[in-house]
Amino acid sequence: MIAISSISRILRKVPRENAFYFFTSIGNYTGENAASLEEFVRKVKEVDAKSLEFHLYRGDFEKWVDETLEDKELAEKIRSLKSLSPTGSSLRNQLYLIVSKRYKKLKGEFSS
Amino acid sequence: MQKTVNLLFLLQVRNMKTKNQAVVLDTLDWKIVQVLQENAKQTYTEIGRLLGVAHSTIYDHIQKMEKHGVITKYTAVVDLEKIGIKHVTAIMTVFTNPKESEQVAKRLSESKEVLEVSMSLSEDLSIIAKVVAEDQNKLHSFIAQSVAPLPGVLRIRTSIITRKYKDERFSIAENWKTEPKR
Repeated sequence: MIAISSISRILRKVPRENAFYFFTSIGNYTGENAASLEEFVRKVKEVDAKSLEFHLYRGDFEKWVDETLEDKELAEKIRSLKSLSPTGSSLRNQLYLIVSKRYKKLKGEFSS
Repeated sequence: MQKTVNLLFLLQVRNMKTKNQAVVLDTLDWKIVQVLQENAKQTYTEIGRLLGVAHSTIYDHIQKMEKHGVITKYTAVVDLEKIGIKHVTAIMTVFTNPKESEQVAKRLSESKEVLEVSMSLSEDLSIIAKVVAEDQNKLHSFIAQSVAPLPGVLRIRTSIITRKYKDERFSIAENWKTEPKR
């Protein structure tokens, strides 16, 4: 069971400069960004699959989730996804499953 | 009487003619600019000898051009490879919301990683900037943390330069000399 204060922190909206910015390769910004876990879940479904591959294998997702959202559990799950080496739509589906499940769980605990 | 003459001389030195807000250079100014663009380390005497005029005349013309912002600075071009400094250079195109482009361009200009910033109207309104960083990861971090979050930035395209075939500054006197008619 996570403390309500931690859940509230993980689900908060972060300032613009701390948002996650989706790139497809070095220096190529798609124009999509996420400033909260809720937005992140939505963007995982929408952004170019190339962007998901670029960030997953650089470790950017786990770093942002760990250091900015401060959700170590979710960061660990994303990290372990790398070992399966998914790409394209398989990566999108698996990542979406992980982050949406986590979001729903936290949201549920926060509301109850 | 002597004082009046000196004052008139000073006024002549301090003022340059302007046309449509552009400073008008005379023939000698153009020649001096050309000589300085080739080698800015030359002394007034050397330039004077080269152009067949007194070094004091060269001094006056250069002072005048510096004062009016025609000559903005003298700088050293360092070959980073020669001194073992590894770096990556990239051309970054930043597509912006037109209302905020000016502000984005100003913010980019303030970054030490950005060497040049220009505005382009060729396609959508965009800003073209030359960026330098230690390596590709640092280049990406700079763009992700300092450029993408700027208000008004819509998307960014970046091309990393892998080989340079020519790197010259625009030489006005040789290419676009537009001397005033006499």
